[in-house]
Amino acid sequence: MAVMNVNPTRMQLQKLKKQLSTALRGHKMLKDKRDELMRQFLDLVRQDMELRVHIEEQLRICNRNFASAGAVMSSEMLSQSLLTTSQKMFANPSAKNVMSVNVPVFTTEKRNNDSSAVYPYGFAFTSFELDEAVTALSKVSEELVKLAEIEKSCEMMSIEIEKTRRRVNSLEHVLIPRYTDTIKYISMKLEENDRSSKARLMKVKDMLLEQAHHYKTN
Amino acid sequence: MANKIAIIGDRESIKGFAAIGFDTIECDEAQKANMILRNTAETELYSIIYMTEEMFLACEKERKKYEEKTLPAIIPVPGLKGNNGIGRQRLSDFVERAVGSDIIFNN
Repeated sequence: MAVMNVNPTRMQLQKLKKQLSTALRGHKMLKDKRDELMRQFLDLVRQDMELRVHIEEQLRICNRNFASAGAVMSSEMLSQSLLTTSQKMFANPSAKNVMSVNVPVFTTEKRNNDSSAVYPYGFAFTSFELDEAVTALSKVSEELVKLAEIEKSCEMMSIEIEKTRRRVNSLEHVLIPRYTDTIKYISMKLEENDRSSKARLMKVKDMLLEQAHHYKTN
Repeated sequence: MANKIAIIGDRESIKGFAAIGFDTIECDEAQKANMILRNTAETELYSIIYMTEEMFLACEKERKKYEEKTLPAIIPVPGLKGNNGIGRQRLSDFVERAVGSDIIFNN
């Protein structure tokens, strides 16, 4: 039993009762927050895993093609082909509030919406592996941004869930038992004081009666 | 405003990303990864920074600073040297942190 170091007075008792009710309310709210965050987090994590598996596979194909292109073409030629790019991709961030966690939402924007804009080179002196690699990469580019959005959300939510869980646990297992124990201790102490003063009064009354009327109680 | 996308990694792995409009930032040595990530993130120009898995592993210290910030999102992607499962490991770490043990991927 963990009793706080307080004076056993009625004022203190009232104060503690108020604090206990606040703690209980906070505990309930944090628990709800944790459960809702957890539900959304698990959904997101599953989504993220699917997306990641898909993207990793696409990138593997892409890298293989790049390696083949590197083997067919000279490395200077390859670097030169990709040197001047007309395409530019932006991810405009905005924030979404999920249970007080500000997770990012990215909207992609391309400078050039033409699908052929991803080929910054002429086709005359480059190998087709390079074309394939660049095509695969451009297909996966928007999914990559989506992956970033989901993965960042997962990261931030997992941190928030951990914090919330700690708070819930500390309220549930430390703070609330401490308050209830202390309240119990104070009310018992007050009752004890009541009983002792009552007994004292009865004793005094007996003594007075005996003095005045020589009246004897058993 | 932070809306550009960067990719950090060895030259061979990131070359292609220039074609689709990412800023490619070369980093051939893992020791420099921390510094390069710091420089890139501090410009506040980038909303997403991809890193090849090799570099991602090398700059854990610097990454920690941005864990709780909304931007930039620092995301590992497999490089030319292949996939060593860091992305999946990372997800399973998130689940472990949130739930207490990995109940989804069971790693």
